[in-house]
Amino acid sequence: MQLRPPGWETRREAGKLPSMTIVSLRNVQLRFGPVPVLTGVDLDVGPGERVGIAGPNGAGKSTLLSVIATLRPPSSGEARVFDAEVGTPQAYEVRRLIGWSGHDPALFDELSLRENLYHFARLAGLDIAEADKALHQVGLEAAADRRARVCSNGMRRRADLARLLMTRPRLLLLDEAHAGLDADATAIVEALSRRTVADGGAVVMVSHDRQTMGEHVDRVLTLREGTVVP
Amino acid sequence: MSFARQVAEFCRRDLLTERRAGEVLTIVTPFGAVALMSFPLAFGIDSALVSRVGPALFWVVVFLFTMQIALRHSAAERPHQRAVIALLGADPFARLLGRTAAAAVLILAFMAILFPAMLLFYSPDLPEGWPLALVPGALAGIGLAQVGTLAAEVTAGLRTRTTLAPLIVAPLAVPLLIAGSQALESLASDGGILPWTVLVVATDLALAVIGAAIARPLEEASL
Repeated sequence: MQLRPPGWETRREAGKLPSMTIVSLRNVQLRFGPVPVLTGVDLDVGPGERVGIAGPNGAGKSTLLSVIATLRPPSSGEARVFDAEVGTPQAYEVRRLIGWSGHDPALFDELSLRENLYHFARLAGLDIAEADKALHQVGLEAAADRRARVCSNGMRRRADLARLLMTRPRLLLLDEAHAGLDADATAIVEALSRRTVADGGAVVMVSHDRQTMGEHVDRVLTLREGTVVP
Repeated sequence: MSFARQVAEFCRRDLLTERRAGEVLTIVTPFGAVALMSFPLAFGIDSALVSRVGPALFWVVVFLFTMQIALRHSAAERPHQRAVIALLGADPFARLLGRTAAAAVLILAFMAILFPAMLLFYSPDLPEGWPLALVPGALAGIGLAQVGTLAAEVTAGLRTRTTLAPLIVAPLAVPLLIAGSQALESLASDGGILPWTVLVVATDLALAVIGAAIARPLEEASL
């Protein structure tokens, strides 16, 4: 099953979108030992798209996101991201284009929020001034020198969003992005998401909360019994 | 970011984390000193025996406790942090080298604190020119950091991690322990330290080559 939004082909043919499909999954299957998690996922996500994937807890949403993030090769089927096949060395080269925010912010507890951002900036080859700018954008300037360990979960989530603002990914992957966020932080997620698609990128979001996610994406699909359905 | 800068960045991060958490200096090192002090109590008052076995027991304590240092230190990185770092495009071997460098600094600091303690508790008869034996000793410390970091990477994310890691560590650390402890013995019997230095350098290089070869597959397996 080909899953694209209405009018996507027309927009692409009209030259409004770059021709490359950012995410292309064909009959992707994934097993954890004997347990099938994904049983045949087909999905296309093109430039300028924001796609939501809903499903109950344990449906395999985060696993699907990790395949799209090139972090986990499928057991069978074909997964391509920026035209690089997941599980091959080409996929390592496109990882810099992908930004991922999971349930748990990827911060080092003993470092301050600023030191965490500086660390990620340096590894991404960015100037640390970009980290300061991102901290300002998410409203964490005043708390930037607190250790991540003593920050609230909301502050840690904002710092995680600051990392994504700073690195400007072309493919933004958000796992339960709106859970536990206040209105200001939700607005940051929305701004980040809009900026990504405006830059010609794409957003894939997964959540158990179909309704909330529906307000932030162009189309919502459902992950059911290991496969994606409209 | 260049490879060398990535190595330096990972090392800097780990050392900063250790400085804040203080696990090595405030928890592991005092226990290492207590272990070192306990052996003479077990041997009784045979001071000649205590003096003779002191350097060897120092290496046993260094081996056991530095593995704790390297394994605990490497466990500090959680899977989603590894994933984010991979997505930033960091080189897996730079990450491994940087983390090994940080572990080596901690292990050498541990050894530097325990060596005077060993001299104090055991009063060994040190041969003339004994400071030369510090060279293979320090290189063995670096090798132990490599072994510990590699073992931690191989077992990252496994439920059997704490059981499996020592089994990996033991055979890899044997040449390092032999070289580190025999360098002093060799000086005492008028032999040179060159063969032991060559052994430890060869082991360090072999471990570095193994690390370079398996850094990427190890990282991919742990994501």
